[in-house]
Amino acid sequence: MIASSDESLNLMSDHGSSQAIIVRDLVKSFGDRRALDGITLEVRRGELFCLLGPNGGGKSTLFRILATLSLADSGSAQVAGHNVVSDAAGVRARLGVVFQSPSLDGKLTVLENLRCGGALYGLNGSELESRIIEATKALDLSDRLNDFVETLSGGLQRRTEIAKCLLIRPEVLLLDEPSTGLDPGARLDLWAALENLRNQHGVTALCTTHLMEEAARADRVGIVSEGKLVALGTPDELTSAIGGDVISLGVTAGTGADHLAREITAKTGILATVVEGEVRIEHAEAYAFAARLAGDFPGGISSLRIARPTLEDVFIARTGRLFADQDLEPGTTPPAKKKKH
Amino acid sequence: MKPTRLLWTPAIAFWWRDVIRFLRQRNRIIGALATPLVFWLLVGSGFGPSFRNPGAPLDTGSYLAYFFPGTLVLIMLFTAIFSTISVIEDRREGFLQGALVAPLSPAAIPLGKFLGGTTLAVLQAGLFCVLAPLAGLPIGWHQALLLLPALVCVGFAMTGLGFLVAWPMDSTQGFHAIMNIFLMPLWMMSGALFPMPAGTGWLYWVGALNPVSYGVTAIRAAFIGGNSSALPAGYLTGLAVTALFATLMFIISVWLVARRSRRN
Repeated sequence: MIASSDESLNLMSDHGSSQAIIVRDLVKSFGDRRALDGITLEVRRGELFCLLGPNGGGKSTLFRILATLSLADSGSAQVAGHNVVSDAAGVRARLGVVFQSPSLDGKLTVLENLRCGGALYGLNGSELESRIIEATKALDLSDRLNDFVETLSGGLQRRTEIAKCLLIRPEVLLLDEPSTGLDPGARLDLWAALENLRNQHGVTALCTTHLMEEAARADRVGIVSEGKLVALGTPDELTSAIGGDVISLGVTAGTGADHLAREITAKTGILATVVEGEVRIEHAEAYAFAARLAGDFPGGISSLRIARPTLEDVFIARTGRLFADQDLEPGTTPPAKKKKH
Repeated sequence: MKPTRLLWTPAIAFWWRDVIRFLRQRNRIIGALATPLVFWLLVGSGFGPSFRNPGAPLDTGSYLAYFFPGTLVLIMLFTAIFSTISVIEDRREGFLQGALVAPLSPAAIPLGKFLGGTTLAVLQAGLFCVLAPLAGLPIGWHQALLLLPALVCVGFAMTGLGFLVAWPMDSTQGFHAIMNIFLMPLWMMSGALFPMPAGTGWLYWVGALNPVSYGVTAIRAAFIGGNSSALPAGYLTGLAVTALFATLMFIISVWLVARRSRRN
């Protein structure tokens, strides 16, 4: 399904393509640092796709390239059948972009912001007004039209922003960390709105996030770390690829985590790894195995936790690192010490 | 929908947004009007007694009268600075982000910004003109008709200067630095504050090569008014050079915006 060269990629640029976004071998460096290191992925039409990764992992760079704001060093990308470099205008006309920091004017009302936003795409008159009614209805903003944006809550501002994007009836919606600064309730509303857009209007959305539980709601997830795509699939596919449940062991001060992991592996034949000071084991029968560990290594274990695998475990399994993130949001705290990457 | 490379609809939206924002922020009106007013009164009153204008073709009267056109240009410079400095943050984390991913002609943002800045500058300068009689400058229909094109050209040029400085910047601090070492001296060395000497000295050349001088000259000439058969001396040259300079600013701005869309 993936085109093998740029030439064949161009052949796919007709409207009938089932792919809303096609990214091929994208590379982008800033000085010595490779922000994107050969990323290839596709987003299907009508899909809610999440690009999950820690900050600095490359997802914002990919976002900027897809939004036609940045040029890749090599590789190619298509949005809605148009190349982001050679046909940037074609992409822009079909793409709604929601930035991490609001692109609304706080001194204007919701209605005025929407009118300005529409004008950027050449919309005016009764056509614009009817689209504003349609978009504000879809995002439940109809009774806020005359409120000044600076007086709205973060969640309402974000919805206004999405409404602004919908005015152009985009084929693809790009969202960069849309839930930044939103409280958990507003975050849920935002996702309900996105799911509604997909179901009712067939909008394709690609959303970057560093929040596990957000990515878990997507149709498919791509996990990005250090500029590489380390996992791709539905949340279920990704988590069930991990063998059973995940056991995490805290280690007592006297025992080194490395030492304990080595001993466990030697004694049981089950691979134990160390992730940020904790010993981590995947096991199909985690409860029984945990009981055995507790009996076999009585002095070395200070805490024991068993959990269903999450996308975080997928990240750990694929990268050998904790999904440590500097901009932690409530509810996403990694279990162990955090370190800057 | 076939919106590729849009120009006028978005430009008018930018213009409208600038005007509305300005009217909703009273402190900006005060900032752009009160500072030059105070400056005019203090500097004008202080220098007044010791001021002589050696090169004046006509007796322009008191220093308050001499300084009046320069103050108008200062008002427009301040207004232009206020309305373009916002571009810096707006582009990175504000409304203009959306404009950068819209299918716009590279001229759309500069056009909207220039029109917005010019409108605000002319509006404020016009308000200040009400004080002209206090300075002993007559202002009637004749003067107003000559003033308007001069104010428009100067407003456009000043906004252009501000835009050119603001667009490549990534911090407002940088803008303030440039404002102090470049924009303010440009104004001071324009004959706004004191008459630039004639002859061949370096100060003469600074004035002659300074595009702002021509705006000051045109506005000063407009106040003199001339008579119905002849335009006042220096008016047309001042206007023409300012218009040329404004056009140049616009062309460079469009080029800058177009270039940026190809960069990182």
